[in-house]
Amino acid sequence: MASHMVPAVGEFLPRDALAWVEEIISTAWTTFKPGGRLHPQTFIESKGHLVVEAILLALISYLLFQGRQKPQRRKERPLSKEEVDELCEEWQPEPLVGKLTAAQAARPPHVITAVSGCSVEVDGKPTTSFASTDFLGFSNLEQGRQVCEEAIHKYGVGACGPRGFYGTMDVHLELEAEIARFMGAEEAILYSYDIATISSIIPAFANAKDLIVCDEAVNYSIQTGCSLSRARLLTFKHNDLADLQRVLEKVAAEDKRSRKPLNRRFIVVEGIYASLGDMAPLKELMALKEKFKYRLIVDESLSLGVLGQHGRGAADHFGIPPTAVEIVGASLGTALACIGGFCSGNREMVDHQRLSGLGYCFSASSPPYTAKVTLETFRALREEGPRLRERLAANAAAFRALAAGVPGLRVVGGEAAAASPVVHLQLDPAPETYEEGDLLLERVVAHVLKHHSILLATAKYSSVETRRPPPSIRRVRLRPVLVTALHEPRHLQAATTALTEAMAALRPR
Amino acid sequence: MGTGTLAPTLKHALLAYATWTILYIFGLLRDFVRNRRGKASFKGYAPIRQDFEDFFTRRIYYRIHDVFNCPVKGPPSAWMDIIERTPVNRQKPLMATGKIKRCLNLGSYNYLGFASSDPYCTPRVLDTLSQHGWSLCSSRADAGTTPVHEELERELASFLGKQAVLTCGMGFATNSVFLPVLAGPGTLVFSDALNHVSIVTGVRAAKGTVRVFDHNDPVHLEQLLRQAMLEGQPRTHRPWKKVIIVVEGIYSMEGEVVDLAGFVAVAKKYKAYIWLDEAHSIGAMGATGRGVCEHLGVSPADIDVLMGTFSKSFGACGGYVAANKDVIDYFMAQCPAHLHATAMTPPAVQMVLSALRLITGADGSDRGAHKLSQLRTNANYFRSRLLHMGFNVLGDWDSPVMPIMIFQLAKLSATSHEMLRLGVAVVVVGFPATPLLTSRMRVCISASHTRQDLDYALQLFDYVATKCDIRDPPLAASNLVFLGPADSPPAGQPLGPPNEWVPLA
Repeated sequence: MASHMVPAVGEFLPRDALAWVEEIISTAWTTFKPGGRLHPQTFIESKGHLVVEAILLALISYLLFQGRQKPQRRKERPLSKEEVDELCEEWQPEPLVGKLTAAQAARPPHVITAVSGCSVEVDGKPTTSFASTDFLGFSNLEQGRQVCEEAIHKYGVGACGPRGFYGTMDVHLELEAEIARFMGAEEAILYSYDIATISSIIPAFANAKDLIVCDEAVNYSIQTGCSLSRARLLTFKHNDLADLQRVLEKVAAEDKRSRKPLNRRFIVVEGIYASLGDMAPLKELMALKEKFKYRLIVDESLSLGVLGQHGRGAADHFGIPPTAVEIVGASLGTALACIGGFCSGNREMVDHQRLSGLGYCFSASSPPYTAKVTLETFRALREEGPRLRERLAANAAAFRALAAGVPGLRVVGGEAAAASPVVHLQLDPAPETYEEGDLLLERVVAHVLKHHSILLATAKYSSVETRRPPPSIRRVRLRPVLVTALHEPRHLQAATTALTEAMAALRPR
Repeated sequence: MGTGTLAPTLKHALLAYATWTILYIFGLLRDFVRNRRGKASFKGYAPIRQDFEDFFTRRIYYRIHDVFNCPVKGPPSAWMDIIERTPVNRQKPLMATGKIKRCLNLGSYNYLGFASSDPYCTPRVLDTLSQHGWSLCSSRADAGTTPVHEELERELASFLGKQAVLTCGMGFATNSVFLPVLAGPGTLVFSDALNHVSIVTGVRAAKGTVRVFDHNDPVHLEQLLRQAMLEGQPRTHRPWKKVIIVVEGIYSMEGEVVDLAGFVAVAKKYKAYIWLDEAHSIGAMGATGRGVCEHLGVSPADIDVLMGTFSKSFGACGGYVAANKDVIDYFMAQCPAHLHATAMTPPAVQMVLSALRLITGADGSDRGAHKLSQLRTNANYFRSRLLHMGFNVLGDWDSPVMPIMIFQLAKLSATSHEMLRLGVAVVVVGFPATPLLTSRMRVCISASHTRQDLDYALQLFDYVATKCDIRDPPLAASNLVFLGPADSPPAGQPLGPPNEWVPLA
């Protein structure tokens, strides 16, 4: 059929070419004609569809995967030794330490050449001191001096070893028993330095699984303790019980959802806040703590011997029984007029620290004479405490009232803090920048020392402290004035007069 | 390298594991019975001790807690009075029985013998006490600095060959509070694997990044350092701000002297700073007591911060950092211990100052120099004799710290009891202060020990070693490199009757 049509088409072509084309066409036809080898029907019947499907599949998968192909990362050659050397060569470290601020540079190092109660000699000049935490004047006890002397003769100065390894002297045990008796606790444990006390207690009990809720104004030692423990840390606004309740309820709600095993929980506060001078509202706090089942850690460093009917501190002040607060930590360098710190609580709590309190296990124990002299100051505290505390409270209230009248300064704490002998004065109105306020107060202090012979101290903070939240508190500068029972009304009057004069002279108009 | 090895032999390892396994199984059994009887309830509070801590304390620690925290009456000098306590009775506290025993003290860090009263130091200490009292109840920065503090800092700076010194009332805090001030964000701190807990606390409290290198291994440090330099800070990959290497002069639980030259070379090459903790080496090492720098011939100028404590060689309490003036000024403005903690007590400051003057010979006598040479002679004599007896003694020659490996927990308490029975007070250390397998006994030699004291102790060591099987001749023999002079014939003499417990006067 098709073959006899070809010559008609090929009239004008050379003969052999025509034959060749004819050949091709006929071959193609025999292949593709119905029944031919590659006719679609035959092709499919002889499983040829598999080939088509395979091609389609390959195409589809190519298209599918094309979109996901990431631009291939060029494999980097690892740096050669020389290149690393060069990098190390190039690197320039920062200096080991940073720069000091103007206020820090302006702080003169005072040398106390003599001490007698609240009168001291600063660089040889007689001065009234408002910078010592010896609230009850026990650092001048005559018996203390005697006891100290005897102890140095008998025991030497140092203990030459940690408590575990022959650093436990009989006096340390006596002192621990006395502290426990005084605090109304089962046992007490002695630390050899105040700054390492709370920061050792907290990590002994809390780890990454546990929860710590602390006031945002807590001191450096507590901050360090919390961060060392690696526990989850929540803070509440300073002395704000509503905010505390909010935090505790939030945690309780989370608990309900997550159903995790019960972890250890602590609320950490200070009896008297070192950086503000006011007191934690322990009475109400106790109710919250009981309700939400938290253990309470109270740092009584500044309140021990100062507050309460028995002088046990802020908990005592609010009439809380001594065993109700689980963990009490305190410094012996304040009203007890020595050095060191302690923790009191039940036996399990204390015994656990003898294995896990890092500042206890791995530090040399305190010199025996300091333990001996602390025993003596505890005796004095029992005997003369009530009388001196009365006087101290009167002095504190009087000074707070007087200081409220100094223009340009504001007393922190208000009515609730009246009994606290740690008085912080704050620039009012607040300075533009923290640095500016800091420097102004440094100048005021220097002025008061130079012209009025009164030693005050600015509140000094380190950049390693994390006050929370930093911006709001950091705007203003606080200044502690430490009133003691030894101060007389004329001292208090002189201090406020001096401050008024200094503020008038130095405050920018 | 050291004279002993920390690696236990197979026998020791198996026995030690067996001890722990038995203790653990019996502990579990006892707990099973206890839980059947009803567990203590905390009424909605989580138990204050975690499960394992609780188990360890009750079932293992309380079995042998009488070998730790042993109370002492009187100063911890060469001989001291140990207060007898009631034997272990379940988990009840140990009570004093009212008897004491005079024991040879091989446990205290009384390297130069300043622990008891001293004819030069004590009168000066009492003078300072009457002048400045015992506490100023104020931080150094507020109103806690006396002229004695300043004098000590000046003299110590010139003794150490540094521009300035700042003291702190506690050695532990000198590491744990001062280190975070330097190691702020962006700082890379390299800490030795066996650094003291105070350093570990310090670097954990710091905001910088910490990496740990193998104990006393500058080569490993260099590898880590190069790697860290390439990677930069974690996540941001910014370059590090500075690198601080923290090492100790003498490692207190190993007695080893640091490879300071190696670390200084690495630090110089990579512009890192070095913090050297000389707690156990200051006053104890070096011909004139200036610590490991002098002992190893490294210039103190190559060390950026020299840290040390006063509770060992100086027989007082507290610690110091010595560095360039700008660093010390920064510490005075920024270190929380300087700003918030009670100043070091003046009598202790005076004690350190007087001891320092004795060491330097500023008192006009050669007592200090004599103490130093006596300490070295004593230490090397004792070490060589111990090695001869076949003990596995860790540490280096000249080091007064000699840990003796015991490996097994059960032998730990047996050795301690036996030693105390015979009148020698030694320190024994086990888990958790050391790894599970490397329980050890530790001897600290003092300049106040006489040759007779040491020979007496060595005889007892020989006897107790046989009784408790704590010798390790193959380990010790391979390390015998130096023999100290042996004046008296070694062991074999009959033991004199040990001191007895006597009622307290």
